[in-house]
Amino acid sequence: MMQEKVAPAPYASGTAPTLLALRGVGKVFSNGVTALSDVDLTIREGDFLSLLGPSGCGKSTALRLIAGLSTPTSGVLDWRGGGALDRSNIGFVFQEPTLLPWANVFDNVWLPLRLKGISRAKATPVVTEMLARVHLTGFEDAVPRELSGGMKMRVSIARAMVTKPRVLLMDEPFAALDEITRFKLNNDLLELWQDERFTVVFVTHSVFESVFLSNRVVLMAARPGRVFDELAIEASYPRDEAFRTSPDYAALCRQASDVLVKAINSTAGTHHDGH
Amino acid sequence: MTAIDERVLELDPEEARRVRQERFERIGRWVLPLAIMILAIWLWDRICVWNQIPQYILPRPGVVLWTLYNDAGLLFSSLLVTLRITFLSLALAVIGGVGLAVLFAQSKWVEMSFFPFAIVLQVTPIVAIFPLINIYVNDQTTKLLLCAWIVAFFPILSNTTLGLNSVDRNLRDMFKLNGATRWQQLRYLRLPAAMPYFLGGLKIAGGLSLIGAVVAEFVAGTTGQSSGLASRIIEAGYRLNAPRLFAALFLISLTGILIFLVLSLISHLILRRWHESALKQER
Repeated sequence: MMQEKVAPAPYASGTAPTLLALRGVGKVFSNGVTALSDVDLTIREGDFLSLLGPSGCGKSTALRLIAGLSTPTSGVLDWRGGGALDRSNIGFVFQEPTLLPWANVFDNVWLPLRLKGISRAKATPVVTEMLARVHLTGFEDAVPRELSGGMKMRVSIARAMVTKPRVLLMDEPFAALDEITRFKLNNDLLELWQDERFTVVFVTHSVFESVFLSNRVVLMAARPGRVFDELAIEASYPRDEAFRTSPDYAALCRQASDVLVKAINSTAGTHHDGH
Repeated sequence: MTAIDERVLELDPEEARRVRQERFERIGRWVLPLAIMILAIWLWDRICVWNQIPQYILPRPGVVLWTLYNDAGLLFSSLLVTLRITFLSLALAVIGGVGLAVLFAQSKWVEMSFFPFAIVLQVTPIVAIFPLINIYVNDQTTKLLLCAWIVAFFPILSNTTLGLNSVDRNLRDMFKLNGATRWQQLRYLRLPAAMPYFLGGLKIAGGLSLIGAVVAEFVAGTTGQSSGLASRIIEAGYRLNAPRLFAALFLISLTGILIFLVLSLISHLILRRWHESALKQER
């Protein structure tokens, strides 16, 4: 786990090698709706990149394209840095915890390894360690319905990370949680990211969340879904509760908000509250 | 935190009233139906006495019970014959129903092509099919089994098919992302997800397999080869032995109730930890 990495630090992304480049990527659904149009985006090793935008801007579609759950109708996804990634190198966290309701916490986290043919005995140290990382030690035998929303999401994150993926894709993972729980999970996620140095693509519609977490915030606009602007969040890590109340953070949030408003107003047509 | 809340609430008069009412309901759930049942049997007995109804028309409940005891040897050996057909056909219905459902789940095309056959089998009255079975099948047990199976397998097939197709889309994506094979998806995702549906179908099929077994015996019984409970009923009917007829009927009902209770228990034990239907309501 402590092997040497080429990237000097996970958040010095300006110098880090490119992991994935989206070039002219578009997605048109079979019903004729253009979900994404001409997206150019470079994701570097160790990035914590947020896709921020109003609903309908195609941020979830972009994530599904990166995950390979969907294919683009135009453009290419160019995986670099060690050849094409196979799916075992991608972890995905859905908006809902998406756990197997009949399986306990241990079995849920074991599942990705089990699907790769790794036995319970062999997986146990890895799963146990992963559960400790997300502060769920002692809950191995609980089934999902016995857990709170935040704990379920921790299980979901542990399951996504148990295969040690290079990229973690997260689709509004904390949107359904209360603020206190969300803050706690934000902190824990950042801690995990700094320790393990994986790359995160984080979809959110919360300005505050994206600024707190990321080193890059990519703002998207709707109709058609496209990249509108990008902000570098240059505050240093580790970021903790002190950062949350700092004037720097407030200023960055304001900056991001302003761009988001511009992105929303740029949408052709006047209504932007749904379809 | 919640423990403290609950203790405070228990002192609350409204909560105390709720607890009291719950206790009443718990007792009432057993006492009430039992009382009504006893009342009905008493009324039955009285009607026989008041109207001086002869035993061969409507026997008194006590006589039925006495017959059950007296003819126990005959009746229970017949019950065993019926039970054997019932459980064998239920087992075959589970194997056939789940097997076909899994086959259907492999492809929409297979399902669309073959599901109509299952429906045809289901909607055609078994009594009407039996003469054909009688021509094509020689062995008596096989005949009865086939009949009971046709009646019982459909709810299992239809429910399990529905369950296999009702998997959460995100979970399916999650399996895909982890490179799960078709078999793994079936084993770890679709079959467990279909379990509540299957168990619902099993509960229906349990009763139907008993009905199927009895009906099949009835139809076959006219040829005088069967020895199950249905043939006891036919025989008793011919001889105007109403007490034995009632005793046999009672045994069939009791068996049906027991099958239902056992299957409900199995269902509860399997689902109690995770499925909404088996959870206690706590509010």
